[in-house]
Amino acid sequence: MASPAPEFASLAEIAASVRSGGISARALLSQSLGRIRELEGDLHCFNEVTVEVAEADADAVDRMVRSGQDPGPLAGVPVALKDNLCTEGIPTTCSSRILAGWLPPYDATVVSRLRGAGALLVGKTNLDEFAMGSSTENSAFGPTRNPWDTGRVPGGSSGGSAAAVAAGIVPLAFGSDTGGSIRQPAALCGIVGVKPTYGVVSRYGLIAFASSLDQIGPFATTVADAALGLEVVAGHDPMDSTSLERPAPSLLASLAEGVSGLRVGIVEDFLSDGSECGAAVVAAGEALAIAGAKVDQVTIPELLLGLPAYYVIAPAEASSNLSRYDGVRYGLRVDGPDTETMNARTRGEGFGPEVKRRIMMGTYALSAGYYDAYYGQAQKARTVVIRAFEAAYRNFDVLLTPTTPSVAFPFGSKTEDPIEMYMCDLCSIPSSLAGHPAVSVPFALSPERLPIGVQVLAPALGEAVMMRVAASLEAAAPREARGPVTP
Amino acid sequence: MSEQERFISPDEVRHVARLARLALDDDEVGRMALQLSAILEHVDAVRRLDTADVPPTAHPFPVENVLRSDTETPSLDRETVLSQAPLAENDRFRVPRIMGEAP
Amino acid sequence: MTGYPVNNYETVVGLEVHCELATATKLFCGCRNAFGDEPNTNICPVCLGLPGSLPVINRRAVELALRIGAALNCSPRRSIFHRKNYFYPDMPKDYQISQYDEPINVNGWLELPDGSRVGIERAHMEEDTGKTTHVGGGGRIHEAGYSLVDYNRAGVPLVEIVSRPDIRSAAQARAYVDELRSILVATGASDGRMEEGSLRVDANISVRPLGATEYGTRCEVKNLNSLRSLERAIDYEVQRQIALLESGERVAQETRHFDEGDSTTHAMRSKEEANDYRYFPEPDLTPLVPDAALLAAAAEGIGPMPAERRRRLSGVLGEDSELATRRDGSTDQVVTVVDLGLDELVEGAVAAGADPRLALARAANEAAANPEEARRLDPRAFAALIKMESSGQLSATQSKEVLSELMSQGGDPSQIASRLGYEQMDPAVLASMVDEVIAAHPQEWRRYCDGDEKVAQFLLGQVMRASKGRANGKLVAAAFASRRGSF
Repeated sequence: MASPAPEFASLAEIAASVRSGGISARALLSQSLGRIRELEGDLHCFNEVTVEVAEADADAVDRMVRSGQDPGPLAGVPVALKDNLCTEGIPTTCSSRILAGWLPPYDATVVSRLRGAGALLVGKTNLDEFAMGSSTENSAFGPTRNPWDTGRVPGGSSGGSAAAVAAGIVPLAFGSDTGGSIRQPAALCGIVGVKPTYGVVSRYGLIAFASSLDQIGPFATTVADAALGLEVVAGHDPMDSTSLERPAPSLLASLAEGVSGLRVGIVEDFLSDGSECGAAVVAAGEALAIAGAKVDQVTIPELLLGLPAYYVIAPAEASSNLSRYDGVRYGLRVDGPDTETMNARTRGEGFGPEVKRRIMMGTYALSAGYYDAYYGQAQKARTVVIRAFEAAYRNFDVLLTPTTPSVAFPFGSKTEDPIEMYMCDLCSIPSSLAGHPAVSVPFALSPERLPIGVQVLAPALGEAVMMRVAASLEAAAPREARGPVTP
Repeated sequence: MSEQERFISPDEVRHVARLARLALDDDEVGRMALQLSAILEHVDAVRRLDTADVPPTAHPFPVENVLRSDTETPSLDRETVLSQAPLAENDRFRVPRIMGEAP
Repeated sequence: MTGYPVNNYETVVGLEVHCELATATKLFCGCRNAFGDEPNTNICPVCLGLPGSLPVINRRAVELALRIGAALNCSPRRSIFHRKNYFYPDMPKDYQISQYDEPINVNGWLELPDGSRVGIERAHMEEDTGKTTHVGGGGRIHEAGYSLVDYNRAGVPLVEIVSRPDIRSAAQARAYVDELRSILVATGASDGRMEEGSLRVDANISVRPLGATEYGTRCEVKNLNSLRSLERAIDYEVQRQIALLESGERVAQETRHFDEGDSTTHAMRSKEEANDYRYFPEPDLTPLVPDAALLAAAAEGIGPMPAERRRRLSGVLGEDSELATRRDGSTDQVVTVVDLGLDELVEGAVAAGADPRLALARAANEAAANPEEARRLDPRAFAALIKMESSGQLSATQSKEVLSELMSQGGDPSQIASRLGYEQMDPAVLASMVDEVIAAHPQEWRRYCDGDEKVAQFLLGQVMRASKGRANGKLVAAAFASRRGSF
C-alpha cells in the first residue's frame, strides 16, 4: 500500500525561493530526477524524460537569477507535460505508434508560456492513445500505474501527468480534458485537476482529439497551485480562433474568500445508491454548509443525455482530426504498391483498437444518410444540456457531483466492454459539452484507501467562484485523502 | 450475434473502413461490427430525442469574425520539415503512385 | 449568342471557376501566397496541417471574396466554414476547409458583352491544395511510378464561382470565362492568369432534346487549362452525349478528364464508390458575418465593372445601350477598348471634341497594339490628333504614324506631324501642282472631265509623286473636282 510522501512547498513558495537565490533551479531539478529514478520503473509516468532540456532550462533560470533578472512566476518549478502537447525538437507521440519519434518543429502556446515563466520541462507524460480513454491502458507504450496502488489504473487519458504529481515527482503537470481526461485521473490519483472554460486556454499546439471539446489544464496537489498553473497558461492567443479574447482569469486573489452565502447544488442524478463516490459528494455538501454555503439538492435529468451525445460528437470530430495521419508527411509509414493502400496499412498498423473504434464510429456518424440522425441530433442534444445548465445556474452558483462513478479500478477490469469504460465519463462530460469549467478536488478515501474526488462545476468563465469552493472543500478534507504518495 | 448486429453489419463496417482509409482484417471487421453495434445502441437515445425546436450547438460561445491581418510571418525551414518525412525526393514529399484522381 | 441546336439537341453547360485570391498571405496562416517559389518553402505548421495546428482566417481574403460577390451581383450573407473530408496526398489535413450550405455569396449573375446573362448560384471561400507531380510511367497519373508533393500552394485562398446551367454553347462558355476573368482582374481580387493556375475551370455539360424542360444527365469535365480546351471539350462532350442518346443508350453521370492531345474526354478511373465528403461545420473557426467594416473594405477602391464601362462608353459614343451586333463592328471595338482599359482615353478624347467613331477605331485598332503605352496617353493630345485626321490635315496612314510616335515618345501631335514632314502643304503650292499636272496630261484631264473616274486615280497619283507623298489625297481630289466643276 502507498504511503504519504512529503508535501511539496507551494508553487509560489518554490518560485520565490528560486528568485531570491534561496535554492537553485538545478537543485529542484535534481530532486525531481531523483524521484524519477526511484519510481519511474514501477510507474511508467513518462514517454520521455527530457533531462538535457530540463538542465538547460534550469541553468537558464539560475543564470537569470544571478544576473538580477526575474525568470517568472514558475521559476525553477519542474513541470511534466502530457505527450499530446507539441514541444519543439522533443518527441511528441500521443502514445501512438503512428507518431512514434515525431519531432514537432514548433512549441504549443502553453509550452512557450510555461517555459517563459521559468518552468523546467522534466518530461512528456504517458496517455491513452490520442487522448481516447479513461485508464491510460490504451497507450501503445504500456500503461501508467497508479501510485496509490500499482495494480490499478491512474485514470485517463492524462494518466501519466496525474501519476507524476501524485507520486511527488513534479508539483505541477499539464494534461488535456475532452470529456474528463484531466478530472477523472485527478480523482483517481488524489490530486487537483482543472478543466477551464472552453477558450480560456489556447489549443494551439495541442494535438487535437475533439476540437469543440478539448481544453488544456493543470494538475497539482493543492487548489492554490492548480490556480497559479492555470493563470500562467491562460489568456487570449491569436493563433487559436476559438481562444476567448480575454486575459487570463485572476484566481489566486479570491481563493480564500470562503463560501459564505454561495448557493451550492448537489446534482442528484449522478448519485447512485450506496456508491462511495456519491457519499463523498454528500459529505462535501455538508462541509460547505458548515462553511456558510447554502446547499441543496437539484435534479437535472437532461445531463444524462451528455454521455450518448458526447460519444457521437467526440468520435465524429476525432475521425476528421485524425485523417492527417496518412504516412505521407511525418510519422509511421507502412509501404504499399499505391498511396491508397499505403494510407490504409499505415493507419491500420499505426492506430490501436480504441482509436480505430472511435474513428469508425465518427466516420459512420458523419456519413451520408446518417449525419442528421447522429451528428445532427447530437449537436441538438448538446443545446438541451446547455439550456438545462442555464436553468440550474439561475438558482445556484456552483454544482457538485462525483468526478467519476468509481475509484481506481484494477488493470483489465474495464477493457472487455468499451461502454463500461465510457461510463467513467458520465459526470464529467456534461460540462465539457457546455464548455463550462470544472475542477476535481480530492475529498475522501474509499474503504480500500483509494482516493475519491468531488467535482465542482461552474457556469462559463466562473473559474474564480469555482476555485473558491474547491479551496473550501480542500480545507475540509482529510490530509490523507490527497497525494503525494510513495507507491 | 444477430441481435446486436442490427445496428451495423460487417459490410457496412467495410464501407466505413474504406471511407476512413483503415485497413481491417476479417477478424477486426467482425469485432468492429459487434462493438460499434453496442456503441450505436448506447447512443440511440440521442437519435430518438425530440429536437423539434432545438437548434444545434456548434460552438459553446457565439463568437464571430475572428480574423487576422494579411501580413507575412516566417515559414518553416524546409530541411527541418523534410527531415520528418517518411520519404522525400527533390525537396518534395514522395508517395507511391496515386490510383484515383483528385475530386 | 444563343446556342445552336446540334441535331435537335440543346447544349446545357454550367461552369465552376476556381479563382486564387491575390492576397499577400494564405487563407489560414501567414505564409506567402506566391506562384513559382522553390517547393516547400512557403509552409508552416498550419498550412502543412501538422498535429496541433489551427487555422485563423485572413481578413483580406474575406474582403476580396465579398468584393467578387458584389461584382457578380450576389447577396452577401452570414457564412460558416465546413470540413470536406477526403484523402489525397496534396491535402495536408486530408480534409479541405471549404464552405457548404452556408456560403458567403449567393444568387448573382454575370452579364456577357452580347447582353445575355448567366446566373451565379454561389461564390464561396475555400483553401487550395498542394501540387502533385507524377514521375515515371505514362502521362496519366495512375500509370506513374510515384508522385512528389509540394505544399506551397496548400492553403492559398480560393473563391469558387458556380454558375447556373444557363450556358448554351461553347462560344458562350468561352465568353463567360473571358468576362469573368475581366471582372476578377478589375476587382483586384485576382491576377487572372489561367496559365499559372490562378484561374481554373471545370465544366458541367449535358444535352437535352430541343424544347425539353428537364435537364439531361450531366458530366463534369476537368483539366481545362485554356479557353480553347474549354470550347473543344464542350464540343466533343456534346457530340459524345448526343451520339449515346441517339443510339438509345444513356449518358452515365461521371467525371471526365479532358485530353489536350486529341481534344477528347474520357472517364476517370474512379474508386468503387463516389466520395462521401461527410461535411460538418469546422469547429476550429468562427462564423463570418459581413459587417459594415468588412463590406466597406470590400467596396473600397473598385471601379465600375466591365459591363458598366461598356455601357458608359457606348453612351458617350452616342450608340444606344443595346449592344446588338452591328455591321460597322463598333461593338467589338467597344469590348476591346474596355478590355484593354482604354475607355477613359476615348471618353476623354470625345469630351475634348474628337470624333467618337474615329477615336474609338484608332483606340481599338492602333493604340491597342501597345496597351500599356496607350493607357499613358493624354486624352487631349489624342483628341488633337483625331481632329487632325478627321479634318483632312492628316491621312489615315499619317495619323497612325503620328499616333505610334505619340505613344512611345509623348509630345504634341502637330509637332510630331511637322517633324515627320506631314505638315500641311501651302495651298498655293498644291494648286500650282494640280495645274501643272492638268497641263501635262490634257487627254487624261479631258477624260476625267467627261466623267471617267478611273483616270482620277492617275491624276491624283501624279500630284502625289510631284509632292513626294506630302500632298493630302483628299485635298488633291477636291482640287481636281472643283476645277472640273468650273470647266
